[in-house]
Amino acid sequence: MPFDWSSIPGSLPILWQGMIVTIQITLVGALVGILLGMILAVLRLSRSRILSWLAAAYVTVFRSIPLVMVLFWFHLILVPLAAGLLFPGQRLELGLLTALTAFSLFEASYYAEIIRAGIMSVTKGQFSAGLALGMNRGQVMRLVVLPQALRRMIPLLLTQAIILFQDSTLVYVINLDDFFRKAYNIGNTVGTLNEMILFAGAVYLVICTLTSGCVRQLHRKLIVSPVK
Amino acid sequence: MISIRNISKWFGEFQALNKCSTEVGKGEVVVVCGPSGSGKSTLIKCVNGLESFQQGEIWVDGISVANQKTDLPRLRARVGMVFQHFELFPHLTVVDNITLAQCRVLGRSKKQAVDKAVQLLEMVGLVEQQAKFPAQLSGGQQQRVAIARALAMDPIAMLFDEPTSALDPEMINEVLDVMVKLAQSGMTMLVVTHEMGFARRVAHRVIFMDRGEIVEDRPKQTFFENPETDRARQFLSKILTH
Repeated sequence: MPFDWSSIPGSLPILWQGMIVTIQITLVGALVGILLGMILAVLRLSRSRILSWLAAAYVTVFRSIPLVMVLFWFHLILVPLAAGLLFPGQRLELGLLTALTAFSLFEASYYAEIIRAGIMSVTKGQFSAGLALGMNRGQVMRLVVLPQALRRMIPLLLTQAIILFQDSTLVYVINLDDFFRKAYNIGNTVGTLNEMILFAGAVYLVICTLTSGCVRQLHRKLIVSPVK
Repeated sequence: MISIRNISKWFGEFQALNKCSTEVGKGEVVVVCGPSGSGKSTLIKCVNGLESFQQGEIWVDGISVANQKTDLPRLRARVGMVFQHFELFPHLTVVDNITLAQCRVLGRSKKQAVDKAVQLLEMVGLVEQQAKFPAQLSGGQQQRVAIARALAMDPIAMLFDEPTSALDPEMINEVLDVMVKLAQSGMTMLVVTHEMGFARRVAHRVIFMDRGEIVEDRPKQTFFENPETDRARQFLSKILTH
């Protein structure tokens, strides 16, 4: 079967629009996910049973549901419901908002577990030292434990972001035009679907390989650096 | 200054402390020794509330440690503590280690805190190391920074939990020298250590603990020359023969 790559150069501007959506989902999902994940991790390790239980429940629920279904629920029920309550009677373009919300909340559960492991890897002695200096538990967590935990966790947090970058292709189920769906649509219309999907795959492959390489470098640097 | 009255503590079934009582007066240096697992570390961690206890009372400068209403962070800010494993914050430079709690707990300005840090680093002989990270220092240097960090809070008393046990032999003296200087300056000190040379030099009293009990609590002279109990005699003969 001969390949026809000729439609690719002309499609690049449109593909780039899709890539912007993909990057938006990845960045927002990772940043909001890390922030929420940090809060969840701290709550889960807090001395309050209720807070700890709530955080654990959140993490368990989101980790037990396939991402596709989370996306569907937000697309079909939660986001339209919220939009209907907040902006009644208006027709809004909710695709991107849905994706950003769903990914942020979903990723938070994974980040929470990574960060919790990071917090627990900081020794009890460090916590005691902070308390002994008169800091309260919140200060010790914020100023002593979390900076160390996050530093150790950076490679894992980035690796999770790379997985998120790949998983963002799932937004095709809610009809959002990310990079992959743009490529698919062009290929479908022009009749070069095989070429377009191969090309899109190659783009994901190159970006992920390069970023993984950077993460490995960073990991090595963090390990040999004096700041353990 | 520190008053420990009838403290008992259990870890589950195991009784770690059994009716321990003692007093540390202002300016007094008290050394706590005893075999490992005798409850020495647990006892001094009770003094600043890092460990809880089920029975008894501890008063620090007239404030009850066990009272639920006591502002423990505030009390801890007034009692310095030095740990066996230094516990410097590895993500902060030496000077930031010493200024962190000054700024966040005492509300000092950055400049005041740095001035204080430099002054204390001079005292422990490490001013040149102020921009380094803890991992770039030797164990002895790290422990001296840890002492400076505790002193920066202008504590009314200092607790030392086996401050030289994790050090290579050649570094022990540089830390003990700082502690001797501190003792001679009139600091109130409660020191868990096996360094009997330090005890002989600057301690006013020696407490000997075994199996969670305070077995002896006496002026150092009489403790070393004439221990009352067999347990203390055996312990001393074991650590002093070499």
